[in-house]
Parts: sequence; C-alpha cells; structure tokens
Amino acid sequence: MTPNPFYGPGPSLASCDAPDSPNAADSSDAVDSSDASAVIELTDVRRTFDSEPPVHALRRVSLTVRRGEHLAIVGPSGSGKSTLLNTLGLLDRPTSGSYRLDGVETTGLGDLERTALRGSRIGFVFQAFHLLPYRTVDENVMLAEAYRRPRPGRGRGTRLARAREALERVGLGHRSGFRPDRLSGGERQRVAIARALLGDPALLLCDEPTGNLDSENTVSVLELFEELCAQGVTLVVITHDEAVSRRAGRRVRITDGRLAEETG
Amino acid sequence: MTRAGAGRRWSTGPARVERPWLDPRDLWTEALAGVLARPVRSALTTLGTVLGITTLVITIGVASTAGNQIVGRFDALTATSVTVTVPRTLPGQDDTGPLVDWSGTGAVRRLAGVESVAAVADSATTNSVQVRSNDVTAPGDTSGQTLGVVAASAGLPDAVRGAMTAGRFFDTGDIARRDQVAVLGDQAAELLGIRRVEDAPAIFFRGQSYTVIGILGGIRRERQLSTAVLLPPTTAADRLGLRDVTRVLVNTSLGAARQVARQAPIALAPGHEDALTVVAPPDLSKSRDGVQNDVNGLFLVLGLVSLVVGAIGIANVTLVTVMERVGEIGLRRALGASRRQVAAQFLLESTTIGLLGGVIGASLGIAVVVCVAVVKDWTPVLDLRLALGAPLAGALVGLLAGLYPSLRAARMEPADALRAPS
Repeated sequence: MTPNPFYGPGPSLASCDAPDSPNAADSSDAVDSSDASAVIELTDVRRTFDSEPPVHALRRVSLTVRRGEHLAIVGPSGSGKSTLLNTLGLLDRPTSGSYRLDGVETTGLGDLERTALRGSRIGFVFQAFHLLPYRTVDENVMLAEAYRRPRPGRGRGTRLARAREALERVGLGHRSGFRPDRLSGGERQRVAIARALLGDPALLLCDEPTGNLDSENTVSVLELFEELCAQGVTLVVITHDEAVSRRAGRRVRITDGRLAEETG
Repeated sequence: MTRAGAGRRWSTGPARVERPWLDPRDLWTEALAGVLARPVRSALTTLGTVLGITTLVITIGVASTAGNQIVGRFDALTATSVTVTVPRTLPGQDDTGPLVDWSGTGAVRRLAGVESVAAVADSATTNSVQVRSNDVTAPGDTSGQTLGVVAASAGLPDAVRGAMTAGRFFDTGDIARRDQVAVLGDQAAELLGIRRVEDAPAIFFRGQSYTVIGILGGIRRERQLSTAVLLPPTTAADRLGLRDVTRVLVNTSLGAARQVARQAPIALAPGHEDALTVVAPPDLSKSRDGVQNDVNGLFLVLGLVSLVVGAIGIANVTLVTVMERVGEIGLRRALGASRRQVAAQFLLESTTIGLLGGVIGASLGIAVVVCVAVVKDWTPVLDLRLALGAPLAGALVGLLAGLYPSLRAARMEPADALRAPS
C-alpha cells in the first residue's frame, strides 16, 4: 500500500505505529509545546449540564492530537464519551476552557461559524452510518461538499469525479451508482468514510464506527482506518470496543469525565 | 497553562472561518430528491392542493365562460330594444287629448343613442279583422283571414328590424295624402295568397279596399306584426278610428338602452312621463354579477376550504417527514448545513409539493372548463392570469404550510438529531 500523493503525505507515517507525541493529558506542557501540526487542542475543557444535581460530563479535559495521528478514545457508557465527541465535533459548546481546531479558536465563534468550520474541517463517521437511503452512494458522498464553499480545483463540476475517487479510496469503486440498502454494513460504513474523506478534512471523527458491524466487517473497516492513517489522515475514534482501540496508535481513556493516556 | 502563550497563538492563528454556503442548484437538488424519495406520499400530499386549485379554477373559469355566454344570449337585439307602452285613454279622460302624439317619434329620434323609432297603434276592435283578398264571395268560400290591423309610422321597418320582401313601405307622402294603401306582414301576405305587389293587389276589410304596396318580412321585434295589416296612421284614423299611439318601439345603440329608456317617456309625453310604461333590457352587468355572486360565492368558499385543508395536509405530512428525517437533519448539520439551510430545504420541499398541486389543479380545472364549454357549446373564456396564478397560489400554500415544520427542523440540535436513526 502506498500513500496517495493526491491527498498529500502525512507529516509522519510513523505516528500510526508509534506515536511520538508528548503526553497530551498534561495540559500546560501540551499547549506550550504544540505547534501548527496540532489538529486538536483541548485545554481545560469543562462541560457541565444544568440539571439537578449538575452533571459534570467533562472535567478539565486537555488533549492534543497532531496531524496524522490515530487516536482512540475509550470508555464505558456514561463516561462522557459522547460529550467529548460532541465537543470535538463542534456539535456542543464547552462550559469553559479552550478548543482549537486546526489552529482556529472555536469557543468564541458564533453558531454559523462553528457550523461552517465543522463542515469544512471535520469528517464524521457515525455508528448508524447516516446514509440517505434514497440516494445513490455517489450522491451520498457528494453531499459532503454541498454545504461548503467550493475551493479552487474543487468545484461543483468535478464533484462527482472526486466522489468516485473517494469511493475508490475506500475500495468501493465497483459500488458506484448503488443505493445504500443494497450494500452490506461494512460497505455502508465505507461509503460513510468516503463521504467523510471528501474535501480532505483536517480530522476524521469516528463515533463507534464498528458498533453496528459484525466481526468480519469490523476488521475490514479497521484495515481501512490503518490505510488512511498511513496516508496521513488524522483519525479520532471513539469506541468502547477494546479490539478497535488496540488498532490505534495512541489511546486515551475517559472515565467519569476525566481523560487518562493509556500506553501499550 | 499560560495565558500569554495562548494569546500569542490566537493572534497568529489563521482566522479562516467561512460562512456556511449552499449553491442554489444543490438546494434544489436536495429538495427535489426529498420530494421524490417518497413519491406516493408526495403525490397524496398534493391532493388537497389539487382539489382546492381545481375547484377555484373551475369556479372562476366556468363563471367567466358562462358570464360571457349570458352576454351572448342577451344579444344586441335585446340589449338595444326599448318599448314604451302608452296606456289606453279612458273615456272620461278624453278631454286632454292623446297622451302621445304621432309626431312624438321625431322627438325620440333626436335623443342621443337612438337608432330608429316607430310608433304603432292597435286596439281591441282592430286586433281581429276579417280580411279578404277578393271582393267577390263565392258560395262555400271561406270568409277570409282574421288578421290584426295596425297603424304604424313610416319608420316601422327599421324599428322592427325587418326588411321589405316586396314593394315598399308607405312613406310620409302616403301618410300626408291619407292614401288607401296597406303593407302586409309576410305571414299575412302568405295567408292571403299575395306574393307580388307589382300588379297592385287589393285587400278588403270592413267594406273598404286597400292597395297592397309592400310586404314586410324578417320582423325581429313585435313579431305579431308579421300577421298584421299595416296602415298609415292617417288612413287608419280616418277609416277605422285607430287614432292613438299605443306603443313606441325604439332601437338604441349598444349600451344606450338604459339612458334612452329614461329619456324617451319625457320626450314623448312631457309632464306625463310617469303615465308611460317603459320596457328596457335589464342591466346586463348587474344580472351577470347577480348570477356570479350566487353560484360562485359557494364554490369559491368550497375551493378556499379545500386549499386550507390542502395546506394543513402539506403541513402535516411535512412535519411527519421532518420527524422521520431527524437523523438526516443531524447529518446535514454535521456536514456543515446551517439552520437556515435546513429550513430552506424543507420549505422548498413543501413549496414544490404545493406548486405541483397547483400545476395539476390548474390543468385539471382548465380541462374541466373546456369540457363544460364544449358540452354546452360555449366558447371557453380563460384568463391567462388565472392559468398562471393558480400554480403560484399552490406554491404559496405549500410555502405557508412548510413554515412551521421547517422551523422545527431548523431548531433541532445537531447532537440530539444525530442520535436518531437515519
């Protein structure tokens, strides 16, 4: 397998196998030592839900993810995983703290700007795939660019070609023109990954990507993740599945709203 | 953490935050795909709008077609005919002289809008007179024909919109000379066996003979005159005592009838105009409005009710669709769609459904109007504004119906929406 030069080589292929990034859980070190290669920089992020009693879903969470890293966030349900995912995906706002995504401070941004940033920098992969059943896989992939201002060389005219290219990239070139209901679960998730890859996002954010898949399809999706990582895609996978997290170059565990780096 | 360090990097960090963007073509593609994703549901949803728009188009279309037809039936003849009836003078009131003089027609003729006018006189005694075409009575022969005898002024052929089929009508010279001449209505001439007037045939009644100088045919007003013997007023007064004008027939130009009907009695009998009875055509615009108000009011209400029901249907189905597509809404928000863009998509979907209903409804309505016109042998009258406005009305219904569901879709929090199954 060779990195696809079109998508640009990752800054360090080594990060897939042996992440050499410093321990991001230690916040002040991470902030000061991080540079432009950081895709995610969470600093002292708290998220408290105003219920009775208040729920502290995230407590002083700090995390740095560098370009090309493959990070798994593991934790049992109720640990704050979903809140962390929503925060990372700009779907939720932290109560306090700072979140820089691809060099942009997001906590001060308005709803519209966060929406635009989400659309242009983050590719989402969901447990439930979230493919539109009444559209072909090509149209589903193309949807990723519908809400994005066309960039030079990525106009509307070439969108279909680039969608097919993304499908090729996830190994589904032969499924072009199919509707999602004719695909297996693994293939559907690959389509969703192709959609997330379209437009070359800074970050691929995966929420239990194998949660609805059998073991065979799980393996195929995980292999795809490794290929993508080798191509330099930054991957953050949130999962409770140990088998999935073991594949990642780096693991952090969230327990009761607190992050802890895991080794091995 | 050090605030200074953070601040430094904020200032140098690339501020490349864009605004959400959506190509109108993409918006249209997404909305259309949304409508076509559930074709049966979309088709059923349009039904209410189809019914409403169809009813409205039929109501307005048939009304304008029929309205035009009503005008056609009240043709130029009826619309321009004014008849002034003079009451018979009672024996005790005879001292004031006749209410209307034969010369009164001249005064009426001078009124604006009058095209022709004639006065006629008849009486109960002259309505059935034994008229013969031969003075010699053969044994066993019938005793002649029973015809009416009427005195008329010289302008009668024009006033009854007839034409001389033979000979000529008596003129002012005949009247002044009190000539013993007569003109026959075409039916009367037929009954008497007179077809030509070149050899000056004569007719006989009440012991007197009259030379037939013409036959008047094609009578379209006062058709009973076609079975009458017409005499100059002077002659009739001398020989039959038929002196007083009983009716004045006026023909007006189109649209002048109402005005002439008001003025003619004054011209005929100044100071006694109230004694005269005027028969004028009904006010067409008023009668047409009356018909339309009765019939259309009901159907317009029906159509509007259907439209409201259709709008509620669209709102209902769009709301259901929004609730079914919560996952999709979450996905679109995750892909960078703003609230406004999500709302725009659902609004465009409901508007498209409304527009579709409007187009189908307008087509059906127009087809029905044309069919009705064909069956009734009418000319269909279709307003272009109606044909174009009906689909727009449908689209407006869809737009209004989609407001609330779109708002609901836009208000969803993407994180919550993504948790729903897609």
